[in-house]
Amino acid sequence: MTGLDVAVLGFGLLMLAAAVAVVTTKQLVHAALWLVVSFAALAACYLLLTAEIVAWVQVLIYVGAIVVLLLFGIMLTRSPTGPSSDVDTRNRWPARTVALAVGALLASTAIGPFWSTYLPLSASSAGSAKVLGTALFRFWVLPFELLSLLLLAALVAAVVLTRAKTGRSDRPVLARSSSGRGPAIGAGRR
Amino acid sequence: MHLALAIALSAALFTVGVYGVLVRRNAILVLMSIELMLGAVNLNLVAFDLLHHDRLRSGQVLALFVIAIAAAELGLGLAIVLLVYRNHGTIAIDAVRDHADRDPATVDRAS
Repeated sequence: MTGLDVAVLGFGLLMLAAAVAVVTTKQLVHAALWLVVSFAALAACYLLLTAEIVAWVQVLIYVGAIVVLLLFGIMLTRSPTGPSSDVDTRNRWPARTVALAVGALLASTAIGPFWSTYLPLSASSAGSAKVLGTALFRFWVLPFELLSLLLLAALVAAVVLTRAKTGRSDRPVLARSSSGRGPAIGAGRR
Repeated sequence: MHLALAIALSAALFTVGVYGVLVRRNAILVLMSIELMLGAVNLNLVAFDLLHHDRLRSGQVLALFVIAIAAAELGLGLAIVLLVYRNHGTIAIDAVRDHADRDPATVDRAS
């Protein structure tokens, strides 16, 4: 076991501990902040695996954008910011059983064939900006551009969803219930 | 380094994500757990890319694509969660039961 193994194991255990805190904490905001710790440790694992670009993209998008988006979601849905007792469903033990079964299946099928495989990482520039940029813009240009279209479509869809509900809530209650676009807010809770 | 270490870490992270998806009531916490599972997939992709080391860098490029698609998915998911919150006043996923498979007898009795 080399020093690199020890470093990856350390950051990996930090990542796992923060992930467990994300799924067990009673406070929503703490879950979002533990998610930052978990993704930062994951980015450190990428860096140790010489995948620089993936690591920095992970930091930029996950830690920078996605967690902020999640915090906005927590605020906009007026979720309780203090500790709340009903963040979990009652089926905790079935969930544990299923999750452990999935983990055991993954570990038993994926680790076995690669038990003694060794990754040669020394003096490897496999994930540097030059190598990955060349691959991305020489071989993967079409999927890359399609991905930009997908992001645009997702953005437009989010705007459309948001506009539909604000446009409806401006109208008076009677007009809203007779508009025919689904049940009114009061009638929706049966 | 050993490939089995990365695979074991990613399997454990995926397990934690599955547990979170199954056990959480708040829809935003479910989305966070889905992000954890996608992170586990990315760790696997990067590790196997270093093993195969092909000219197209398939694994790392695919990891970048997964990150971008996760961002799009989360934007749409949060928009839907906000819509559910406006219509129902809650985002507890076991309280939104409009499309639940109800017993016809109890529905008749209730209405």
